[in-house]
Amino acid sequence: MNSAIRVKNLRYSYGDDIVLKKISFSITKGDFFIIIGPNGSGKTTLMRIIAGILKPDEGKVDILGSPFRDYSRRSIAKIIAFVPQMEPVDFPFVVKDVVLMGRSPHQGMLGLEQKHDLEITKQAMEFTGVEHLSRRRLDQLSGGERQRVFIARAICQDPQIILLDEPTASLDLRHQVRLMDLMERLKQERGITVIMVSHDVNLAAMYCDQLLLLKEGQALSLGPPNEVLTFQTLEKAYGCTLLVDKSPLGDFPRVTMVPEKSMKM
Amino acid sequence: MINKSPFIMKRICFVSLLMLLLLFLAIILGISMGSTDYGIKTIWESLTGSGETDSMAYSIIWHIRFPRVVLAALVGATLSIGGLVFQALLRNPLAEPYILGISGGSAVGAITGILMGISRFPGVSLTSFAGSVATLFLIIVISSGPTILKKDSLLLSGVMVNAFCSAVIMFLLSIAQDSRLHNILFWLMGDLSLSEIKGVMILAATLLPCFVLIFLLSNSMNLLLMGKDVARTTGVNIKAVSITLLVITSLMVSATVSHCGLIGFVGLVMPHLLRLIFGPDHRVLVPACILGGGAYMVFCDLLARVLPAQGEMPSGVITAMIGAPLFIFLLKRTR
Repeated sequence: MNSAIRVKNLRYSYGDDIVLKKISFSITKGDFFIIIGPNGSGKTTLMRIIAGILKPDEGKVDILGSPFRDYSRRSIAKIIAFVPQMEPVDFPFVVKDVVLMGRSPHQGMLGLEQKHDLEITKQAMEFTGVEHLSRRRLDQLSGGERQRVFIARAICQDPQIILLDEPTASLDLRHQVRLMDLMERLKQERGITVIMVSHDVNLAAMYCDQLLLLKEGQALSLGPPNEVLTFQTLEKAYGCTLLVDKSPLGDFPRVTMVPEKSMKM
Repeated sequence: MINKSPFIMKRICFVSLLMLLLLFLAIILGISMGSTDYGIKTIWESLTGSGETDSMAYSIIWHIRFPRVVLAALVGATLSIGGLVFQALLRNPLAEPYILGISGGSAVGAITGILMGISRFPGVSLTSFAGSVATLFLIIVISSGPTILKKDSLLLSGVMVNAFCSAVIMFLLSIAQDSRLHNILFWLMGDLSLSEIKGVMILAATLLPCFVLIFLLSNSMNLLLMGKDVARTTGVNIKAVSITLLVITSLMVSATVSHCGLIGFVGLVMPHLLRLIFGPDHRVLVPACILGGGAYMVFCDLLARVLPAQGEMPSGVITAMIGAPLFIFLLKRTR
């Protein structure tokens, strides 16, 4: 029983629109697992089903070897933490209070904090490098800072699995690398299973252990980056010409888009 | 472990005490001031029955002013907490209970009652309550199904129901006899006079459990503001919490509206003001809104009684006159 998540014959549709068709796969505990695929391939839907936000039409999801429905909302919240795509926040919470809210599955109904909750909050803020912002209001932060606050909040839940929906979208290069390094440390130091939806094939190749490539709601390929990121598979998925070679940084592929003007040469 | 009670608990207690003090002050002022003024001493003596208080003062204080002040406090508390809850549920800092059209339905019910010539209490209260409950059901039916949790569908249904109710009100006004017109207009502007201790006590007994329940859900409201996905994945049963809050608050608001007519802006101004002072944590804001909103309404009602040289004006006029400019000021300052 070393699978964090096992998905079997998952089917999901919005009305007549079938988004996921019979997907099955499993994610090993402690892996860095990234889901990629073109727009509308069902990545976010798949992630939201795993997070328990959506209910699949058919099929089942096992968390740590037990069916999803065997868990209560609170007990699942102690295992899985979710970092959503960035949402605007209208209410002026300060950073520390937002991070502290991650403790709520471990607390009573009113979320009254104990001393160790505050310690965990402080550690989480230090881990993601936002402790100097702890008294600042959420709506005064930059995109990168806010994303790290939400990750600290997720870490506060003390989860075994952390889910992130396109966390690097709209971040600049420095913040992208910083965020991915953070996830790598989370996996290495705390043994947390990291599952991420990403648009960025190259970032995915650099960090992940396993890649799932979705196309039109089906799993096109699953495996380590070297197996999934071949130009045949990628061109089939994305329908454009791509150049795949070995990254100068190590033993993983590098994907380059090929513009029309370069093809004429 | 010296520091045993959590920080937030201290904060809740501190803020509640502060607001309680304010409410207490407002109530004392509300009882002592009016067409004739009484000192603290007279109030105390009439309460304990000692000294030589005349029966006139006793009956003014305990049969007229006391029920009225308590009603004002309850109304203010309900409207403020209603605003707070709707702002959290719709994730819109500008929402308030009337936005769902509950006031409109309640007004139609009350005016129908007045036109039928039945007694103010319990007659008109009951028809008005029936009107608002009917609107609530209508709104839930209109926006039910998978769209119930979308903020826009609730909001838009409310606006439309309100618009329809306004038309019905205008129709009723146009066919009303002159003698009853004054009654109707006073009710539409929000009127706390004619409060009777029995009715007020029934209202208090209805509202108090609702206050407690809303306080218990205050942490869930905090989590809801982080977005639905985050709330759900931190263990909140969003649907149950939202529907519970919606139904409780609507019932509370319709119960008070049926007693005192339409009093605007309290639900908009108080949560906003208190949020500016104490921050956005609902565990602090819920008690603050109950006590502070009550105090605010008692003050407004006092002004409504004291300001006019003769007679009095509807309290709704005062709340709107203070509320609207204050709200614009706050809006300018925070944006």
